[in-house]
Amino acid sequence: MEPMTRSATDPLQIADRVYHSRLLLGTGGFARHQTLADAIHASGTELVTVALRRIDAAARGSLVDVLDAAGVELLPNTAGCFTARDAVLTAQLAREAFGTDLVKLEVIGDERTLLPDAPELLVAAEQLVADGFTVLPYTTDDPVLARRLEDVGCAAVMPLGSPIGSGMGIRNPYNNALIVEQAGVPVVLDAGVGTASDAALAMELGCDAVLCASAISRAVDPVAMAAAIRAGVEGGRLARGAGRIPRRLYAEASTPDAGLPSFATP
Amino acid sequence: MIEVNGAPSEVAAGTTVADLLTTLDVAPGARGIAVAVDAEVVPRAEWPAFVLPDGARVEILTAVQGG
Repeated sequence: MEPMTRSATDPLQIADRVYHSRLLLGTGGFARHQTLADAIHASGTELVTVALRRIDAAARGSLVDVLDAAGVELLPNTAGCFTARDAVLTAQLAREAFGTDLVKLEVIGDERTLLPDAPELLVAAEQLVADGFTVLPYTTDDPVLARRLEDVGCAAVMPLGSPIGSGMGIRNPYNNALIVEQAGVPVVLDAGVGTASDAALAMELGCDAVLCASAISRAVDPVAMAAAIRAGVEGGRLARGAGRIPRRLYAEASTPDAGLPSFATP
Repeated sequence: MIEVNGAPSEVAAGTTVADLLTTLDVAPGARGIAVAVDAEVVPRAEWPAFVLPDGARVEILTAVQGG
């Protein structure tokens, strides 16, 4: 096999877990469980997020059954937590509920932008690592914070491209590239993806995977978008391995000048 | 009197977490359910024996779509 082919198909490893898909799917926003199940299938994902909320006797769903039937692993999140204390407790409850040590750690600092609260995030990450969790923190695209999160033992870092659900793509690709360059753990681009090209760009920047929810669940055709973003992730991964040409201001002919005929008239 | 998911609830003295879940029609083996009492996790194995003290604030959580 050629190197580029290997780079597209080599597995993603997070702590001691191995995945063959590099697309993580957020389950938020799907209008129907069947659409979610179909999107899971189309996306090829092996790891999907779930949240914990108060039980609703009227609308007790079979979400876990749907996800179990789809054969995917659960990645509980701590969405809605604004303090380290709440996030740690929520992660502990998720471990009880789902029997997993995986957690997508979110500690939000601002309701309007849903941007992470860096100091609280770091405190929560450290506590959860000490408590035996495999911590995947949703973080800003700050390379220094990403390094700190890795230093306290996070199993991956998940920088945003732009705010959650904004569909604004990757607003600072240079920061994401810096995070990739220094990271010793997988980098998962989380938040901001709006369409397939955003996911491709994340992978071209060297991210190890992409986590995507709204871009798929709120698309006009979520199942088709799941397939599109899967292709974007795979294409971007291939392109990263293939090595793109450098950008240049002026043209560089690909057709040789040698042997160019002369059509000068006598 | 205790509080269940933010709403006041009258329960008999000696009611356990497992008893409460039964009254709420939650199967004891249900996957995707977690319980906190006064902001502390109550592990599943302790549900049958964990007696809810008067004034307990109980949170019963389940999986929802998100993230």
